Amino acid sequence: MQRHFADYIFRSYRKRKAINALMCGLLVLAATLAIFPLFSVFGYVVAQGYSALNWEFFTAVPKPVGEIGGGMANALLGTCTLVALASLIGIPWGVSVALYLSEYGGKQGRGRFAGVVRFSADMLSSIPSIIVGLFVYALVVITMRRFSAVAGGLALGILMIPTVCRTTEELLRMIPEHIREAGLALGLPRWKVILWIILKGSRGPITTGIMLSIARVSGETAPLLFTAFNNRFWQSGLDQPIASLPVQIYTYAISPYDDWHRQAWAGALLLVMLVFAMNLLTRVVFNSGGNSKKQGGN
Amino acid sequence: MYSLLSTQNLSASFGSTQVLKNIQMDFDEFTVSAIIGPSGCGKSTFIRCLNRLHEEVAEASATGKVLLQGHDIYASDVDPVAIRRKIGMVFQKPNPFPSLSIFDNVAIGLKLAGVRRGAILRETVERSLKLAALWEEVKDKLNSQGTSLSGGQQQRLCIARALAVEPSVLLMDEPTSALDPISTAKIEELMTELKKTVTIVIVTHNMQQAARISDKTAFFLLGEMIEYGETSELFTAPKDQRTERYITGRFG
Amino acid sequence: MRFKLNRKKREVHLGDRVFAFILKVPSVALVLLLVSIAYYLFRNALPVIHKQGWSFVTTSVWDPVNDVYGALPVVYGTVVSSFIAILISTPLSVGVALFLTEIAPTRVGRVVGFLVEMLAAIPSVVYGLWGIFVLAPWLRTTVEPFLAKTMGFLPFFQGAPYGVGMLAAGIILAIMITPTISSISREIFNAIPRVQREAALALGSTRWEMMRLSVLQSARRGIIGAVILGLGRALGETMAVTMLIGNRHEVSASLFAPGSTMASIIANEYAEATSDVHVAALVEVGLLLFAVTFVINSLARLFISRGFRWGAPSNSPGGAK
Repeated sequence: MQRHFADYIFRSYRKRKAINALMCGLLVLAATLAIFPLFSVFGYVVAQGYSALNWEFFTAVPKPVGEIGGGMANALLGTCTLVALASLIGIPWGVSVALYLSEYGGKQGRGRFAGVVRFSADMLSSIPSIIVGLFVYALVVITMRRFSAVAGGLALGILMIPTVCRTTEELLRMIPEHIREAGLALGLPRWKVILWIILKGSRGPITTGIMLSIARVSGETAPLLFTAFNNRFWQSGLDQPIASLPVQIYTYAISPYDDWHRQAWAGALLLVMLVFAMNLLTRVVFNSGGNSKKQGGN
Repeated sequence: MYSLLSTQNLSASFGSTQVLKNIQMDFDEFTVSAIIGPSGCGKSTFIRCLNRLHEEVAEASATGKVLLQGHDIYASDVDPVAIRRKIGMVFQKPNPFPSLSIFDNVAIGLKLAGVRRGAILRETVERSLKLAALWEEVKDKLNSQGTSLSGGQQQRLCIARALAVEPSVLLMDEPTSALDPISTAKIEELMTELKKTVTIVIVTHNMQQAARISDKTAFFLLGEMIEYGETSELFTAPKDQRTERYITGRFG
Repeated sequence: MRFKLNRKKREVHLGDRVFAFILKVPSVALVLLLVSIAYYLFRNALPVIHKQGWSFVTTSVWDPVNDVYGALPVVYGTVVSSFIAILISTPLSVGVALFLTEIAPTRVGRVVGFLVEMLAAIPSVVYGLWGIFVLAPWLRTTVEPFLAKTMGFLPFFQGAPYGVGMLAAGIILAIMITPTISSISREIFNAIPRVQREAALALGSTRWEMMRLSVLQSARRGIIGAVILGLGRALGETMAVTMLIGNRHEVSASLFAPGSTMASIIANEYAEATSDVHVAALVEVGLLLFAVTFVINSLARLFISRGFRWGAPSNSPGGAK
């Protein structure tokens, strides 16, 4: 009986080893396949976009349909304007919600109201961004009776709140309790401890977290389609339609003109560079800040 | 009696820190050997080298030889997976597989090995659970989750799981440190029973436990084996001064 | 002495109360924001809800000229394109997560993990651009003819290869949700204590058997949560899909055929919608999309938080003792 069993093990072992090798191979393949699109997208964006990046691209506004040339200067400025407006709304709102959750949200932020707030933030970050566009349209565009930079900025600002809030809250939570207690032990009221010790102490990482959310919204297109709309000329005021890089890329990409396609690639190159740079920077700051994420195991 | 398991010049490290230095030990068949020492002395790492589990930790490495029935398990053509079927292990904290029933927790080793015959599985599960002195307590609920048992029962379940594949050596890494005194007593009782069929190497931080259950005892300190001998001798007449200081409670 | 202490304490309390209030206002406002999004959507969809009732979701004719709206094709397009995405992305993402946590050496894992995260950072419109000029031509000239030749007997793989269409949308969605599913799976795998894995290894299981036994078994619930979350992303993804799905209001069995999704029809028609009912119809599509993603994401949250059964104290010292 015992021998018989040992034989059994020996016979099936070769097959198990083969399955093991096969599955491990498949996992490596899965990882390769998953990151392949990144290289392809990046490669094409660089290859196609680089040739269209020239002085005119950064300084000129679009030429009328059919004429070769022109640039995306107005769209670049427009994106900057929209992101600035969004930051005015999203950053203070997001940071104060994060502060509330981490400092007043009950024990370890698990109070009941804190739970509702966190749930709302989660839902806000996961509903499709185009829905936020619909909301802002109803709220601002219908009231003002025109598409405007303000409407676009508000839509992007709303989208920023959950991202800013989550990264900030995570960072605040990393600050050990004894730091707060040290401040309280000095006889400082809690709000002073929060403002001068907690917030000031982690402003570096919080700033990077915020930059990441800026990078994210600067690529948003869908909520701008019927809030900021688009504009072929330089912007004339915050209550007027405004061009933006992503919307311009979209418009050019689905157009039938080769020259516009080239410019769409160039715009995409700028956008991708911006996003990658921000992400890399965040990675560097977070990893060197001593608060790197816990690795599995030890 | 020849040595079933022995080590020659076994050294182990994590990254650049060496935690074991040139360990030479022999374990005889059907004995219980205990390894004692203050925490951080490398005793856990040592038994994890015996079934090549040590190398599964990132940046961990081991050199030297571990001979099982005269064959070096660290030889380049030896598969660690095959070794671990011959050398079973029980861990500090009971770790039954969470989503498996009591029956499957014991049968899993055989199932992995390709045993599909229900009769063989049932027979082995019953025999292993009886060996682990758990059969009477669970025979009516073999289909409930392994994690539903109490801590002491879970640990005996883990022992049954290890025994089911009929290993020749059973490594136990502080198997009772997470258990209450009654469960501990049960497992100690069990070990004296088990050594009739399997060779046991146990790491323990509890000297009384070592004295109660083992035939031979080794004392480790700072990654070195200081002394190894018959348990009765080591505890009554230690040869090394450091051993004496440890067993009389003057350090760590 | 005692009196003085008391007075000071009250002062501190006052400052704290004011500060807490100042912080509470935006938090309350955030909750209200979510509620008012739902409210505005509902209110602005009312004209078409009154006019058409349930026929809105059960009929297929979408005719802005005669003000008749049937959203069935967009619901169908949304479901099918997301389903394709999940089908492709689930094995891929779980594979990536297993590769990162169980196989890859630390350094390789860090680089690959970073690259996968970068996939999530690329803006949707850039995926759309890449899809139009790289993915769609490749599908048209290579993949779709091949599928038609080998599996053309199935209704899914019949008809002219357009390139843009349901399949293209599904593939681009798969690429876009892979980082979501894999990063959550990875976190869940990492939360499984090392002793679980060692229990399997010590029994003499191979690495793959260990993954099945100790990792996948314990993480089943969490993986389901991650996939549901990915589904939520896929349902609402707008730009890349709008650029790749071909935007035709039709239900077609063939995956090569163009279609449209709930998000894409809003993106395409909203800015140009003139009649009030047309606008309301698009808003009702948005309302449906909102409701669906809300439910899906709540469900995912439930699964994922329960998926971290092992998140508790992971005191598995891994042998370094």
